[in-house]
Parts: sequence; structure tokens; C-alpha cells
Amino acid sequence: MSSLISVRGLTRIFDVSKPWLNRVLERRPKAYLTAVSDVDFDVEEKTVYALVGESGSGKSTIGKIVVGLLSPSGGSVEIEGIDLSHEPDAAKVDRIRSDVQMIFQDPYASLNPRWRVRDIIVEPVSHRGGDTEGLAEKLLEQVGLSAHDASKFPHEFSGGQRQRICIARALASNPRVIVCDEPTSALDVSVQAQVLNLMSDLREELGLTYLFISHDLTVVQHMADRIGVLYLGRLVEEAPRDRLFTEPKHPYTEMLFDAAPRMDAFGREVNPPQGEIPDAINPPSGCAFHPRCPIATERCARERPEMRTIGDTRVACHLAE
Amino acid sequence: MTQTTDAPPVLSVRDLVVEIPTRAGILRPTDGVSYDIRRGEILGVVGESGAGKSMTGNAVIGLLDPPARIAGGEILLNGQRIDRLPRDKMRHIRGDKIGMIFQDPLTSLNPLLTIGDQLTETILEHLDVSQSKARERAIAALEEVGIPAARSRIDSYPHEFSGGMRQRVVIALALCAEPDLVIADEPTTALDVSVQAQIIALLKRLCREKGVAVMLVTHDMGVIAEAADRVAVMYAGRLVELGPVQEVVETARHPYTAGLMASTPRASLGHRRLRQIPGAMPRLNALPTGCPFHPRCDRAEEKCRQEPAPSLGACGGRAACWFPLDPGKEENAA
Amino acid sequence: MSDTPLSPVREARAMRRLKRAWDSDFAYSFRRAPVAVISFLVVLTLVLAAVFAPLIAPHDPFDPATLNLMNGFTPPGEANAFTGEFFLMGTDDQGRDVFSTILFGMRISLFVGFAAVLLAMVIGVTLGLVAAYIGGWTETIIMRIADVQLTFPAILVAMLIFGIAKGITPPEYRDQMAIWVLILAIGLSDWVQFARVVRGATLVEKNKEYVQAARMIGRSGPGIMLRHILPNVLNPVLVIATISLALAIIAEATLSFLGVGAPPTKPSLGTLIRIGQEFMFSGEWWILFFPAVTLLALALSINLLGDWLRDALNPRLR
Ligand SMILES: Nc1ncnc2c1ncn2[C@@H]1O[C@H](COP(=O)(O)OP(=O)(O)OP(=O)(O)O)[C@@H](O)[C@H]1O
Ligand SMILES: Nc1ncnc2c1ncn2[C@@H]1O[C@H](COP(=O)(O)OP(=O)(O)OP(=O)(O)O)[C@@H](O)[C@H]1O
Ligand code: SF4
Ligand SMILES: [Mg+2]
Ligand SMILES: [Mg+2]
Repeated sequence: MSSLISVRGLTRIFDVSKPWLNRVLERRPKAYLTAVSDVDFDVEEKTVYALVGESGSGKSTIGKIVVGLLSPSGGSVEIEGIDLSHEPDAAKVDRIRSDVQMIFQDPYASLNPRWRVRDIIVEPVSHRGGDTEGLAEKLLEQVGLSAHDASKFPHEFSGGQRQRICIARALASNPRVIVCDEPTSALDVSVQAQVLNLMSDLREELGLTYLFISHDLTVVQHMADRIGVLYLGRLVEEAPRDRLFTEPKHPYTEMLFDAAPRMDAFGREVNPPQGEIPDAINPPSGCAFHPRCPIATERCARERPEMRTIGDTRVACHLAE
Repeated sequence: MTQTTDAPPVLSVRDLVVEIPTRAGILRPTDGVSYDIRRGEILGVVGESGAGKSMTGNAVIGLLDPPARIAGGEILLNGQRIDRLPRDKMRHIRGDKIGMIFQDPLTSLNPLLTIGDQLTETILEHLDVSQSKARERAIAALEEVGIPAARSRIDSYPHEFSGGMRQRVVIALALCAEPDLVIADEPTTALDVSVQAQIIALLKRLCREKGVAVMLVTHDMGVIAEAADRVAVMYAGRLVELGPVQEVVETARHPYTAGLMASTPRASLGHRRLRQIPGAMPRLNALPTGCPFHPRCDRAEEKCRQEPAPSLGACGGRAACWFPLDPGKEENAA
Repeated sequence: MSDTPLSPVREARAMRRLKRAWDSDFAYSFRRAPVAVISFLVVLTLVLAAVFAPLIAPHDPFDPATLNLMNGFTPPGEANAFTGEFFLMGTDDQGRDVFSTILFGMRISLFVGFAAVLLAMVIGVTLGLVAAYIGGWTETIIMRIADVQLTFPAILVAMLIFGIAKGITPPEYRDQMAIWVLILAIGLSDWVQFARVVRGATLVEKNKEYVQAARMIGRSGPGIMLRHILPNVLNPVLVIATISLALAIIAEATLSFLGVGAPPTKPSLGTLIRIGQEFMFSGEWWILFFPAVTLLALALSINLLGDWLRDALNPRLR
């Protein structure tokens, strides 16, 4: 059991105050938004760990902290046993950084429109002064495009092809981990299938580990080995895929599964979930889900549930068993 | 659901063609599309991005952005042509007989007016009631779409509502003049799953209770399966398949629909590879000859490359394809 | 690239590139806009005329040896009563050929305009990029300075800078330095627009995912600003630069007209207009008329070109 990524007590707080002058004039205090709060999880080598949750649950924030785009406000992320934000050895940090790459959601915004595909793909290597001879061509073929595409510009490609280019860029530095932030949610179903298949193939070929972020349960179910469910910045449940889908233990997970539209449920009359996600600046007391929870008790409003391990599930709910 | 086949359809689109003249030639984002929607029926329209779903919807409500224009076909609302109407007449019909719900609720709400003002204004414009009656109706409409404490929130501005609440307001706005037809263009794409479930349930309930005909445009097959009675599948501007939702999802006749269904990840598949359709939908300015799907189709033969695919009507009304899948042979088991 | 420098190959490639440029949306929208084409031709003619003034001009208006006071006040299109010489646009009081002085004046006007816009652009783009990318106090300070400067008319700011600069240059260098001081004054009065636009565009670009990808790779802030963001914010800069050029030429003319710009020994269009207006009411209209028309044609065509450019580069108007 070697966990490649190990996240402990991860917290990220954003200062969302208005500008100084407005604050003084309107007599408002500073405002803070806790986007990620006390999140723990481990990602085993060569597995796919998925984070699901609705918008604003902190999925992207965790992903960005893992790749080093954001720094944590508390807690730590260790990759290969090294905590990037506290490691003094710059060479080590740089090595880990090239081991962790990211694929973004919007294939139209994630490629610089003024750069040629070749330069985009090899940037992670060329920036470090590495040898890039023929690299772009090799990677393009690996992701199912043609070597001739290297000298084109991004606008000449469709969304799916751009996402392939993003994958090629992510592969350029021979990474061990790829953080995929909703890699297919901007794509059409038939193209999504191509990209998901490509990602699965590459994982097997190259022994990659994915931290897979998505709000689409069917995609997560297809890709993930282990799944963590986030609500308002907290991990509420975590379990192996089949366990989670057959025996969801947290009421939020259940609600999410119920609400997700299903292709085999013709004319299904869902009992739609209650309420909406509360404001992250002033989250509810106790369990943040209690105002929407169908089985909440008085204790839920008062006391925050600790993460408990039940079988191979970890769940943060007072009533789960 | 209940299918009363002899009632005249609320909306009837016949061989609709929308053209966009461009430098590179004339593009046809909607090409020969025909369908009906009956009272109380939800017609789902699915297809990939750029397939022409919104174009078709916008043509029906007379909101095509120039240079796009209707170049052929007919649009009948309750049996009357509405495709050649002058602008102001069309505007009146739009508020009166057709309600609209778009993806981004902010585009349909005026940020400077309160929710109540916008609702009463619409009600007064289309129904013959007094100011105070209109306000009561507005409150009732908000309650109907599930806005809690509607009486106290009616004087809020759109920005004071969350995304899901705004979309409810838009639905209230679309329905308050008691239209016969509602065009909902990706009404839940910008929303979270839990809110999406609420909105879809709301649409279904209102459609059933008021007998409104709904054209529900989305690219989410799950939403279609749960909400629609019939489904129309679009590809590169054409209607390629049209039929009752369960039949289309489970036994697709058109190879594209079959491929679309098979490439959707689902529980039963586990980690197995998804079936994928090679390539991507062609751009409108580079449509292949013959059936526009033939370069991606595994059933394509010489005929498909030469001759344009038959229209829906010509092949039994299900699939616009020379060689449709035969459900009897169990070919398209995913 | 591994191709041998065969010239036919090169030529074919250049042809292909030209063809692609000709087919591009940009070139197409240019061809379809008669105003843009005409403006472009006018600007091109005037700029070429200015550049090649020493070759085109029939007289050298700055060489006292060639001046003949007898030629003074020759009306355009008529032969001089005394010398029989012919001047296309007439002569001024000292017998200088107006056409030649315009050609040389345009040289100075255009040079000052281009140089001032370049200066304003460099300052504005740099400050705008830095403000948006770094944010915080840096941004606040830069943008507040910009706001304050915007509340004064640019011409006033330019006059102020001109006055200060004039005060600190020794008198014997004043005429020599006047042009440079003019450039500095106009340039410094005009950077704000560039800074604002670049800041706005950078704020949009810096949150795009390609910038995040570059940050993740470990590129430094300046590296990202120069290699990634700058190329993507240049479109609006180009538009503003064009319109600024017209404004700078007018600003220069205004300053020169007010007598604080180019000296009479090196007259710009503005200086010529100032000189000309002294004779306006005594019947020698041409001394004022031709420089003024030239200035108008130059500024107007550049401005129209800028307007077209703004529309052509705006993706929403396509
Ligand atoms: N730079 C920032 N400044 C302030 N608040 C932020 C910032 N980035 C994220 N947030 C807030 O943090 C919360 C979590 O955001 P995050 O992007 O991680 O959510 P997400 O789960 O990825 O959602 P989505 O599905 O919409 O992408 C949100 O409430 C968001 O508004
Ligand atoms: N002004 C225009 N000029 C050229 N082509 C256009 C123009 N407007 C739209 N199109 C094209 O018309 C086609 C149909 O677009 P439409 O918006 O109907 O697609 P859609 O099916 O609604 O897709 P989406 O799921 O992305 O909303 C697209 O291929 C689009 O590129
Ligand atoms: S802790 Fe209480 S409120 Fe929270 S999910 Fe469990 S039961 Fe519901
Ligand atoms: Mg996100
Ligand atoms: Mg659309």
C-alpha cells in the first residue's frame, strides 16, 4: 500500500472582502469563504480517485492545491512523501511538480491561442531546458492526433481534439499523477467517450494515477476506483466505487444519486431534493447538510459529525451506519 | 403518457430550413426538419453542440439573429402559419402563446426591475385583469413554481435570487400568460443536479397540469429519458431520428442515435471501454456529400456517400437512414 | 526545420502565406469596407510622401540659399509675377513653397506622433500588465494615478510637461530638444488609455486556464506576462494605438499652434497652420488652407482606419 498523494486536514480560506474603502464606508467586517475544510484522503498509486460534488463544493480548489496552483491555508498535501508547500529543497519541489500535471475543464481556454500546438505541448519540458526533439509529434500520435498537427494553431481544432492536445501537454514531462478537473464536461457525449477511453488507455499504458474531478456521476462511476463526495468544502463520504453506488451511507450522497437523471428511468417521477446549496460564506451550523437533510435530528444542527469508518466506507454523518 | 392522436398538434413544423448566408456559401443549421408537438406533450430535442437545436427553437419563436433566416418550410401554431408574420405580431404571439426558457436565466430577466414588476407587466400585457389581480396572479405563479415566501420575495430583484430560484422565476414568467407552447432551451444546463431535478420535476408537473406543449432542448440523454414523451435527435442540422423516448433510447434505429446511446457511460458498463463514434460532427461549411453521418458510420455503403439520406417521413417516420438498424435482429445491444 | 534553402520552395511557401493572408477574415473584411480601403490609401500616400519628402519636394524650404523673397505670396496655380516661377500650392511670405513645407512638416508631425504613441504604448502596456498581474497595492497605485491624470485634459498635461521640460533644458538646446520634449509630453499624457485597456484584458486573460497551465509548469510571473498574456492583449492595443496616433498628431498640431511645440525653424503641420492663420484675413488663404487640409485628411483617415480596426478585431461583431 503506497499512497502517492496524501491529503491531511486540508483547508483553504479565501478572503472575499470588499475593497478596503468600501468596507470602511459600509462598516462591514472582512468576509472569508472556506472553500475547503479539513479534508483527508489518500490516493493509491495507479488508481483513479474521484472527487464529486455540486458546484462550489471545493473540487477545483483541492485540485489546484494538489498541483501547486494554490497554497493551502491549513493542512498538507504530500506527494511521494514530500509536502510541496514546506519542502525547502527547490530541486525536489521541481521534480515533484513535473510529476504532477493537470487537465482543465475548458478546452477552449486552456490552450494559448497565439501559440503553435508544438510549442504548447512541449512547454513543460522546454521550460526546464529539456530535449524536445520530436516530442510533440510523438505525443500527438499517442493521443490519437497526427504529427502534422504540431505546426497548427489551436483554433483549427474541435473541442475534443483540443482536449487531446491538453492531454498530450500533460504527458510531456512524463508525470506520475494527472489531476483532471472536469476533463469532459465541455464535450459532447460521443467525443466524451473518445476522451475517456483515451484516458483509460493511457492510464494502463503508462501506469498513471488520476485525481479525477467531476460533477457527473455516470462519468465518475465509469472511471473511478475510489470516490470522495464533497459538500460545501467538506468530505462527507468516501468509499470504493461499487460500495458507494450500491450502499450510499450519507444522506447527501443518496440525494445526489436520486437526483441524477438516468437513461433507463423513463418518465421517472423523482421526489426532488429540497432546497439549494447554502451560502459558503455563512455555512449552516453542525452538519452543513442538515437544513436539506430528510432525516436530520436536533443533534445535526448542533454538532458537526466526525468522519467515521464503517467497513470500507468513511462517512461524516451522525446517523449513518 | 396520454396520446390523443386526433387532436391537432399545438406546434407543427414542416420541412423547416434555416439559412445563414456567409462568405463561404450558404450554411443550413436547420435543414428540412419536421415534427409535431401535441397538447401536454414534452418533445425532447437532443444532439451534439452545433447540431442546430437552438436554431430550430429560435426559428419557431421568430428570434433568429440576422443573417440567419427561415428559407423554407412552414411553422404552424394551433394550425396557423406563424413563420411569415411581421415582427410586432410575432412579438405578441411570443408572449401570449409561446413561453421561453433559456439556459441563462439572467438573459431573460431585466436586472433593473423587481421580479413582481416583470411578472405583473407580462400578465397585464396578455390577460385582461386589473393591476391588483395581476399582482395576486404573480404571487400565485411564484408559489406555483416553488418559491418559498413568494409574497415577501416578490419585490426582490433578480440578483437577490440564486441561480435555481432565478430559473424558477423565468418559468413563472414563461407560464404566467398561459401559453400553449413552451420552448425550453437547455433550461438546466447551468444548474446543479439537485436543482436540475427540481426544475425538471416542476416543468413536468406544470406541463401535465396545464396541458402545455413543451419543446425541451438539451444534450443530456438522462434528462430526456426522464422528462420527454418523444425525442427528436438532430445531427448536422437534420432530424435523424424521431420517436417515443423509450423506443429511441432502447432500440435506436439510426446508427448515430445508437452510437450516442452506447457512448454514454452507465452503471452496467463498469470499467469497460465505452463504445465510441470516431471523429466529430462536421462543421456546417464542410458537410460531406450524401448522408452527413456517413464518414463516422459503420453501416455506411456507397449509397450513403452518393445520395442524401431519406427524410424521416419517407422511411416510416423513425430514422433518416438508408440502412436503419433493425430492432428485430438485436444488432444494437450496447 | 530541415528543408534545404531551395528558393522555389521558399517562394511557394511565401505565395501560400500571402494567399492565406488574402483569404483571411481580416483581409476579407478590409476589402469589404470601402471607407477602410480609402483611409488606408490616404494614410499610405501621406506617409510615403512624408518619408520621401527630400526626393519629392520641389524645393528645400529649409535651405535659405534657395529662397527668393521675390517669390513671396505667390498664389497656388499661378506663376509668380516677378520670377515667373510656378508653385503648386503657392508660397508663404518668405517665398517658401507651401507644398514642400507641408511634406517636410508632415514628416515632423508623423515622427512626433509615432514616437509619442510608441512611448505611451510602452509605458501604458507595461503598467497595465503589471497592475493586473500583480494586483494589490501596486494595482491601486497605478490605477489611481491613471484616474487622476484622466481628469485633466491630455493637452493640459502635455503643456505642463512641456513647460517643465522647457524650464530645465538650457536655452541653447531648446530648439534642438523641442521635438523630443514634444514627444515626451504627448507620450506621457496618453499612456492611461493603454494601461486601462491592457489591465482589463489582462484581468480576463490571467484567469484563463492556459495561464494557469503555464503557472503550474513553473513559469515565472514576468515570463507568463510576456510570453503568454501580452500576445493575447495586443488586439485592443493596436486599435487604441491607431486612434491615439490621430490624437497625437492633433495634439502636436495644437501645441505647435499654441506656440509651445515645434519651432518655426523645424515647422510641423501645426506650426505651419499657426504661421498661415496670420495671413488668413489678408487674402493669402492658401498658406493656412493646404496645411490644415493635410492635417485633417491625415488625422481623419487614421481615425477611420482605427474605427474599422476596432470592429474587425472585435469577435462579437463578426
Ligand atoms: N480565487 C477565489 N477567490 C474567492 N473565492 C473562491 C476562489 N476560488 C474559489 N472560490 C470559492 O470557493 C468555493 C469552491 O470553489 P471551487 O471552484 O473549488 O468549486 P468546484 O467544486 O470546483 O465547483 P464547480 O463545479 O463550479 O467547478 C466556491 O464557493 C467559490 O466561489
Ligand atoms: N452567425 C452564424 N454564422 C455561421 N454559423 C452560425 C452562425 N450562428 C450559428 N451558426 C452555426 O449554426 C449551427 C447551429 O447552432 P445551434 O446554436 O443551433 O446549435 P445547438 O444544437 O443549439 O448547439 P449547442 O448545444 O451548442 O447549443 C452551429 O454549427 C453554428 O456554428
Ligand atoms: S449528519 Fe445529520 S444532517 Fe448531516 S447528513 Fe447525517 S443525518 Fe443528515
Ligand atoms: Mg470546478
Ligand atoms: Mg444551443
